[in-house]
Amino acid sequence: MAKKQGPRLLLGTRKGLFTFTRKKKGWKLRHHAHPGNPIPYAFGDARTGSTWCSIDHGHWGQKLSRSRDDGATFEPVEEPKYPADAETKPGKPAVLRYLWCLAPGHASEPGTLYVGTEPGALFVTRDDGASFELVAGLWNHPSRHDWMGGGRDDPGIHSILVDPRDKVRVLVAISSAGVFETRDGGASWKPRNVGLENQYLPDPKAEIGHDPHFVQWCARKPDVLWQQNHCGIWRSTDGALTWKPIHQKTGKAKFGFPIAADPEDQKTAWIVPAHSDQQRMAVGGALVVMRTQDGGKSWKELGKGLPKEKAHDIVYRHALDLRGDDLAFGSTTGNVYWSENRGDSWHVLGQNFPPVYSVRFAD
Amino acid sequence: MAQVEFTPHLARYFPSLRESAVEAGNVAELVAALERAHPGLAAYLIDERGRLRQHVNVFVDGRPVRDRERLLDALAAGSRVYVAQALSGG
Repeated sequence: MAKKQGPRLLLGTRKGLFTFTRKKKGWKLRHHAHPGNPIPYAFGDARTGSTWCSIDHGHWGQKLSRSRDDGATFEPVEEPKYPADAETKPGKPAVLRYLWCLAPGHASEPGTLYVGTEPGALFVTRDDGASFELVAGLWNHPSRHDWMGGGRDDPGIHSILVDPRDKVRVLVAISSAGVFETRDGGASWKPRNVGLENQYLPDPKAEIGHDPHFVQWCARKPDVLWQQNHCGIWRSTDGALTWKPIHQKTGKAKFGFPIAADPEDQKTAWIVPAHSDQQRMAVGGALVVMRTQDGGKSWKELGKGLPKEKAHDIVYRHALDLRGDDLAFGSTTGNVYWSENRGDSWHVLGQNFPPVYSVRFAD
Repeated sequence: MAQVEFTPHLARYFPSLRESAVEAGNVAELVAALERAHPGLAAYLIDERGRLRQHVNVFVDGRPVRDRERLLDALAAGSRVYVAQALSGG
């Protein structure tokens, strides 16, 4: 393995994967991998040292790629495939349409990775990508035919959380179905959407059909979860059994896609607000990040160093991340900002990137 | 033997890909033979159900394949096959 060059920042963009390394003052661009190819998601696996990314080829299908030298060079990894008899709906064969997110398994199982896909499936590898299998317990959940596409044609899985205390407890979030939990390693799953309210179904409190945009938890206390949802922001303090709304009635903290949770402090999280699902861009032309430090009772606007006018960015669900005091986000307008003080003030990392799909810190 | 040629875009992912003669009775057999010679290539051309990807085209003697689902278009000795990518996006 190549010598580590310090913390990295991985940008998955429409035109490739950009890898930066942390310098004393700012970030240095080290590599631009897969130039020209859309990268829905990239992350660094701290357990193995590998860097993984998904590729959304316009022509050639969905691919997986792995680097063992911190993003300098990549090798193809055979992508997950739906079983021959898998159907999205009766009579409609399931084929892989999007590799939306990748997540490491438990620390004690370094060969285990999860992949969330469209159409709505969870795949797992137990051998570091040599083979993938569909998590049948979720695919065969009786509610699956009630799942809907959320902004994409078919439902998709974009959030995957493996409990650091218990490797057989996994939560996923599906647009649009909601949050599901397994406590037996994937054999059986239960919806965890009590307390959520949607504004687009006949029953606002339906068990299935919610649209979590992204779900994250406090790593030190995984019973505390945060959810940026299509219809607001929710928090759970009982391991997703129940959710409570924490969005503002009149303020900016309501609609958006990403949410970042402090891994240590269970009361602190960040969002990047946007103007309603009807417009989906920065509120009032000013780009800001919102932070709560009291579990969502109040939100503070963080805009120092961010554009106060003529900004119409939207930040996707995987494009906000925290590591220590560093916080970074990127927009589909190609603007990337970072903060070294947890959002109190911001620096420009670059303003002419391709549309940004994911922003992730890595070792 | 059919003579098969590829869009240069594929050479980026399969540097050893060259115009070549392939023993195959139809396009599906041709794709299978190409996969044996270039592992991974088939997944660039067809999905996991064996269907031609939406933005990929295969021409046999100058005409696009008719059977995009099963690729059963017949190849004659001396057929010329061209694997193309559709033009799309920006």
